[in-house]
Amino acid sequence: MSPSPFDPARALVQAPAPPAELLISRAHVLDPRTGIDAPHDVAVRDGVIAQVGAPGSLQAPAGAEVVDGAGRHLLPAFVDPHVHLRVPGQEHKEDVETGTRAAAAGGFCAVVAMPNTDPVVDSAPVLRSLRDAAARDARVAVGFMPAITRGLNGTELTEMAELRAEGALGFTDDGKPVVSAGMLRKALQYQRLTGGLLALHEEDPSLSGRGAMHEGTVSAMLGLTGIPSVSESTMVARDAALAGYEDGRVHMQHLSCIESVRAVAQAKELGVRISAEVSPHHLCLTDEAIRETHAGPGFLDTNMKMNPPLRTEADRQALIEALRSGVIDCIATDHAPHARDEKEVPFEQAPMGTTGLETAFAAVHTELVLPGVLALGLVVERMTAGAALLGLPVPRIEPGAPANLTMVDLEADWEVGEDGYESRSENCCFAGRRLRGRVLMTLAGGSVAYRERALTAVGA
Amino acid sequence: MRHLLSIEELDRTAIERICDRAASFAEVSDREIKKVPALRGRTVLNLFFEASTRTRSSFELAAKRLSADVVNFAASGSSVEKGESLKDTVLTLNAHKPDAIVIRTPWAGAAALVAQWTPAAVVNAGDGKHEHPTQALLDVYTLRQRVGDLDGASIWIVGDVLHSRVARSNVLAFQQMGAAVTVCGPPTLIPRGIEALGCEVRYTLDELPSADVVYALRMQNERMDQAFVPTIREYAAQYQINGRRLRPHQVLMHPGPVNRGVELSGEVVDSPQAVITMQVEAGIVVRMAVLYEVLAGRAVSPAPAPEPSIA
Repeated sequence: MSPSPFDPARALVQAPAPPAELLISRAHVLDPRTGIDAPHDVAVRDGVIAQVGAPGSLQAPAGAEVVDGAGRHLLPAFVDPHVHLRVPGQEHKEDVETGTRAAAAGGFCAVVAMPNTDPVVDSAPVLRSLRDAAARDARVAVGFMPAITRGLNGTELTEMAELRAEGALGFTDDGKPVVSAGMLRKALQYQRLTGGLLALHEEDPSLSGRGAMHEGTVSAMLGLTGIPSVSESTMVARDAALAGYEDGRVHMQHLSCIESVRAVAQAKELGVRISAEVSPHHLCLTDEAIRETHAGPGFLDTNMKMNPPLRTEADRQALIEALRSGVIDCIATDHAPHARDEKEVPFEQAPMGTTGLETAFAAVHTELVLPGVLALGLVVERMTAGAALLGLPVPRIEPGAPANLTMVDLEADWEVGEDGYESRSENCCFAGRRLRGRVLMTLAGGSVAYRERALTAVGA
Repeated sequence: MRHLLSIEELDRTAIERICDRAASFAEVSDREIKKVPALRGRTVLNLFFEASTRTRSSFELAAKRLSADVVNFAASGSSVEKGESLKDTVLTLNAHKPDAIVIRTPWAGAAALVAQWTPAAVVNAGDGKHEHPTQALLDVYTLRQRVGDLDGASIWIVGDVLHSRVARSNVLAFQQMGAAVTVCGPPTLIPRGIEALGCEVRYTLDELPSADVVYALRMQNERMDQAFVPTIREYAAQYQINGRRLRPHQVLMHPGPVNRGVELSGEVVDSPQAVITMQVEAGIVVRMAVLYEVLAGRAVSPAPAPEPSIA
């Protein structure tokens, strides 16, 4: 029996929920793709955007809830091509329900889960069981990227064709690089048969070694082994060359340094089919944040430990510029939950990763939009662009589109963690910071996936 | 001073105060009864996650000479080997109500972390490759005894700087005391960005004659998970401090234990220019001063037993 071909309409899974019946009145609607950027009424009927009209012009359909959008922004909901839901096997960190609740609270309508779980998502039965779990528990749509190599071993391809037919959006060994160029080349060749993005965590382990943070002046002062920028950029350049040679389609995950930005820019100029993502933490923080802490002298903040590491201000500026220019295509959180006891250890012993879903928009809005570095419309575009890279429909605010919407209060000032987290884990690099911009409501796949507690209906 | 976690948090005045106090304790070591009652009734807990005999016994002697009670807790053979976390180990040991915890770990920042989990004063006896502040203090003390004022002195730290917490603490401490510090070693063993500490970097010993003090570091074979130098033979040929390289005006220091024939030749270890045993002696009095600094101002944690009245 030959497997059925990949069906993009089936690739995302979400638990059934009642379709929304809503009138969002007088919200400032902003969708960079449709060009809309002004106050409007938006009516949602049966989970679909039914009408977009002048403010005050639309009547609530019978039985519909009216949400007062005045002074608030209504955006297409975000899509995150890179999250860790930790299932199967690490449910003490996160699971489908808590991870997608965090996503909804951050304004996301869809997330893509990475396969570095226990067991690794490297076979059709594991992928099927995850899709079943998502169909039960997912508040927002979830897509899956199984592994490129079995057990992330870097030496044997997974059954990519069968996985693809089972709904794989693409393939990745995220958390680990595909160290062998020959192995990646085979995956790129096989991609001609299967399709699907190859998403690459770029790191040369012979250079990164046992490093715990960016290699530079801060690591020298702290006596921590460094992870040099070139451990990433040399692999970006190598794999861009391989993709060009095989005419494959590659996506560079979580770029962290200026050298990688240059390598991607150069590959794009040469016509290589390459895309790239950057995380909110690499856009907003530098390696100085590890020791910038109010907890006491010499205290190193393990929430600031991630892979790739936070780098220098020059790297951060290069990433921002690349996001603006389009060298970097989209923002991805690399939401990586870890239990408190796993992070409450000496820095060198702590696992890498920060949560990010609940703070992504607010962090980027606070650090980059409010100071005038990036336009709000551009940020919204980059926070939704991941969908297109994966061949998925991009959320749009226009009649007939499924309701994938997020309503935000750009003025709301809040402290990260003050009300806890929707995620099961609290290892957030922005914990304790005051951010401006808060998600009030998220519609995902036509249903209300999140509603901020203070947000009450004004009429029905 | 509540804790001693790093040299970074000490200014020149604080370093001088500790050295002066250490000098006042030096007399105790020469007494027939080598004890003063300064910390009587206090408990000092030595918590060592790395093999160490000299630093641990130096702290132990220092505490005992101040009449404190000492408990040694070594990670090997303990609950740590059974998988207990550092936090749980500290919380458990807190129940013993130590007044000070002297801690050595292979992890940078661990002493500062422990300070969050315990009401005791924490003294960092080495945290990974980060700092070893009492070593730097005893080195400053030794140099003050031997050469006096360090203002304008040129101090070369030679060897495996990459893996050395001693180098980091000493660069900071020597500079605080007004010295100019140069670190020198094979490029593979000099961490990128170390100039941020304020020191100069050299890869050859060509300018070594300009140094007033030569501080050789131990080649840390136990930390070598990769080949950082082609051979020990080549290392010695390039960087060994020997009779040919050490000038008569120079003072030679080493944190011990010495690899004779590697970073130092036997003849310089035994030369009158070497102050290596002075450093060990200084270790006790400086650690007495540090324990006194962090404990003397504090209330004794368990209520002291009433003195038996001698009528």
